[in-house]
Amino acid sequence: MSTFDKFEQMVIAVVAFAVVFAVIMLLADRIRGRSADRSVAMVFLVPTVVLLAVGLVYPAIRTLLDSFRNAEGTKFIGIDNYQTVFSDHDLLIVLLNTVLWVVFVPFFATAIGLLYALVIDKSRVEAIAKALVFLPMAISFVGASIIWKFVYTYKGAGSQIGLLNEILVKLGLPAQQFLLNWPSNTFWLIVVMIWIQAGFAMTVLSAAIKAIPQDIIEAARLDGVNAVGMFRFVTLPSIRPAVIVVLTTIAIGTLKVFDIVRTMTGGQFDTSVIANEFYNQSFNIGDEGLGATLAVILFVLVIPVVIYNVRQLRKADAR
Amino acid sequence: MSKRTLRQGGVVIASLALTLTACGGSSKSDNGASGSSGGGSSAGASGGAAAGKTVQGKSGPLDCSVFSSFGDIKGKTISVYTTIVAPEDKPQIDSYKPFEDCTGAKVNYEGNKDMESQLLVRIKGGNAPDIAYIPQPGLLQQAVKAAGSKADPAPQTVIDNVTKYFGKDWAGYGSVDGKLYAAPLGANVKSFVWYSPKMFKDHNYQVPTTWDQLMQLTAQIAKDDKNAKPWCAGFESGGATGWPGTDWVEELMLRTAGPETYDKWVKHEIPFNDPSVVKALDTAGAILKNPAYVNGGYGGVKTIATTAFQDGGQPILDGTCYMHQQASFYAANWPKGTKIGPDGDIFAFYEPSMDASSKPVEGAGEFVASFRNAPEVEAFRTYLSSPFWANEKAIISTGWVSANKGANIANFKNPIDALSVKTLQDPATVFRFDGSDAMPAAVGTGSFWKGMVNWITGASTKSVLDSIEASWPKS
Repeated sequence: MSTFDKFEQMVIAVVAFAVVFAVIMLLADRIRGRSADRSVAMVFLVPTVVLLAVGLVYPAIRTLLDSFRNAEGTKFIGIDNYQTVFSDHDLLIVLLNTVLWVVFVPFFATAIGLLYALVIDKSRVEAIAKALVFLPMAISFVGASIIWKFVYTYKGAGSQIGLLNEILVKLGLPAQQFLLNWPSNTFWLIVVMIWIQAGFAMTVLSAAIKAIPQDIIEAARLDGVNAVGMFRFVTLPSIRPAVIVVLTTIAIGTLKVFDIVRTMTGGQFDTSVIANEFYNQSFNIGDEGLGATLAVILFVLVIPVVIYNVRQLRKADAR
Repeated sequence: MSKRTLRQGGVVIASLALTLTACGGSSKSDNGASGSSGGGSSAGASGGAAAGKTVQGKSGPLDCSVFSSFGDIKGKTISVYTTIVAPEDKPQIDSYKPFEDCTGAKVNYEGNKDMESQLLVRIKGGNAPDIAYIPQPGLLQQAVKAAGSKADPAPQTVIDNVTKYFGKDWAGYGSVDGKLYAAPLGANVKSFVWYSPKMFKDHNYQVPTTWDQLMQLTAQIAKDDKNAKPWCAGFESGGATGWPGTDWVEELMLRTAGPETYDKWVKHEIPFNDPSVVKALDTAGAILKNPAYVNGGYGGVKTIATTAFQDGGQPILDGTCYMHQQASFYAANWPKGTKIGPDGDIFAFYEPSMDASSKPVEGAGEFVASFRNAPEVEAFRTYLSSPFWANEKAIISTGWVSANKGANIANFKNPIDALSVKTLQDPATVFRFDGSDAMPAAVGTGSFWKGMVNWITGASTKSVLDSIEASWPKS
C-alpha cells in the first residue's frame, strides 16, 4: 500500500466516523415522548457496548478458550497449560518474580513518594524539587531501561563504564555483574520501576497533603502533637484514600510490567515476569496456548486490584 | 556513454553477462528473450514496460526483456517485509533500482527488527506482506503452513535460477515438503575466528589448520601473555541472548560428530542429550569454561553471559584477547577505520576442522518467501534470485555475502566478504545451515538459547542438555 493509499484510507475512516457520530446525535435529538431519557441513553450506549464487545469481550473469551488449547491452537487439551505454568521450574520463577515486583514496587514507590512529598512540603525549593522527581515519569520505560542498563554495566578488567560499578571500584569494592544472579537481578530491575513511579506517587500525595484542612492541623498543634504524631494521627488518616489509589494504580502497572524486563535482560538470567513471558511464549516460541494461559493468569490477578481500586474511589467520592 | 550506444551494446553484453533467467529451460523465459515483440501486447502499448529495453546497473546492463514475460507491471507495487534495517537497508533498497527502472514497478520496503515475531501475526491476521525475507528455515516452514493457499511456491523462473546458481543444500533450506518456496537472498558464513594478523605476526603464531593446532595455540597464548586471554566471547543479545553460544555448539557438532549426525540432531532423530552433543558441548567448554582461556578484557567465565555480542570481540583491538569466534557479519562491528584484511588490524581465519581433510562450514541467510501470487511479485522474485542482482548488491554493500554461484568474487570489496564467498563457493565445503534456526522455535529460540546462558553461568553440560531435550515439542 502506498503512502497515498494509506492517507486515503485514513480520510475515509475519519469521514465515516463523523457520519456515524452525526447519525447518533441526530437520532438522540429526534427522540421524544415519555420514555425519551431511556431511549436516548440506549442510542448512546449501544455503539459503545458493541465496540467493547468486539474489542474487549470477544478477545478476552478467545484468549480464555486458547488457554485450553495446544501450542498451535488446534487441539483442546484441558487444563494442561495451567498445570505447566504452576509446575514448570522456569515458569514458577516467572510467577515468583511477578510477586516480588508487585510487593516491592508499589510499596517503595509510594513510601519514597510520600516521604519526599512531606519533606519538600512548603519548602522554598518545592517547585524545582518536585520537577526533579517528576522528570523520570516523562521518560518512556524503554528509555529509562536503557539509561539504567548503562548504570549497571559491568566490565571485569580495566576501567568501568557503568556508573554503579565505577562507584564500587572507587570505594575499593569489587565490581558486580548486577543483572546476572537471581534473585538480586530482579531487584535491580525493580529499582528502575520505582525510580519511574515515585514521581507519580509524590505528585498525587503532595496534592492530598495540601488538601488537608488547615484547622485540623492547627487544632493538633494546639494539642501539642509533635512531628511524628502529626504524621500518624493527622496527615496519614487524611490522605489514606489517596495513598490507596496510588498503591493500587502502581500495583496494576507493575503487574503488567514488560518493557523494563524486555529491554534490560530480555527475560534472561531468570528475570522474566508474566507479561514478558506471555510475549515470549506467544511470539518467540510460538506456543499460543501457553501464551494465552499466562495472559489469563495476568488478567485474573489484575481483577481484584481493580475492584478494590474502584471501590476505594467510590468511597472517596461519597464522602 | 550515450544512451544509444548503451542500448546497442546492451543486447550483446546482456546475453553474456546477464543471466537473469538464462537457463532457457522454461518457455516463459524463452518468450521474454525474444525481445521487443515478446511479452504481453499491453506492455508494448503502454510504452514504458520491459520489452526491448536495457537499464544500466552498477554491475552492467540489465536486459529488461526478461521481465516482459510477466506482462505489463508498470505502476504496480510490491511490498517487502524484512529484518534488515538501517544502515544495511540502504544498499538493499538501492539494489532494486535497476528492476524499478526496467519494469516501472515500485518496491515498498519495510524493515522491522521484530519481523520474526510479527510475520506470523500478520499472516494470521490476513495482512501478509507480498514478500518476506525470512532468516530461518524453521520460520519459513511455519509461515508457509500458516499462510496456507496464500503462500506462493517459487515460479519456474526462480526454480531455474536456484537450480543453476545455488547448491542443493540451499535449495533444500528454502523448500517446504520438497517444494521450493523461497530462493536464498543473502548469506553469511559463521565458521570464522577473528584475530589480529599483526599480533599473530609479532608473536610468530601461525594460523591453525586443525583443531589440535588451535588448542595448542590457545595454550601457548595463555602461557606467553599473562595480561591477556587467548579468547573473548559475548553471548548477550537482548531478547535473543544465548545465540552466540548455540553457534559454538553447532560448529563443534559439525566438527566432532560430522554433517550426517548434525542433520539428525537438528531433526531430532537423535535426542538432544545424545553423547555426540555432550562431546561437542564439552569441546566448546574446554575453551569457553576455562578461566585461563576466557574472557579477555571482560573478566571471568560468567562475564560471557552479560557481554553484548557486538562488544564480544572488541578487546582484540587493545590486545587483551587474541581470538574471537563469530560470523562474517561481525565485520560491521569493528570501529570505523579498522583495517580488515590479511595484513590489516583485524581478519578472520576458517575455524579449523578436526583434521584438514574435511571442511564443514556453518552459515545462515535469508530466504525470499512470497504471499501473493501476482506477475509483479514473481518478476521481482526472479530478479532477486539472479546473479545480476547478487553482483549489483555486492558492489554497493560491505558486510554482505551471497551464496549465488554467479556472484563474481571480485565484486566483494571487503576482504572478509570475499573470503566468505570464496568459502561458500569452495567445492570442498560441506555447508550446513545454523541448526538452532532450523529447529522448532520452542528449542531454537527458546530452551537452546536459555540453556547456553545457564551453561556458561555454571550449569553442567548434562543438566543443560537434559532440560533442552525435555523441552522439545512432543507430537
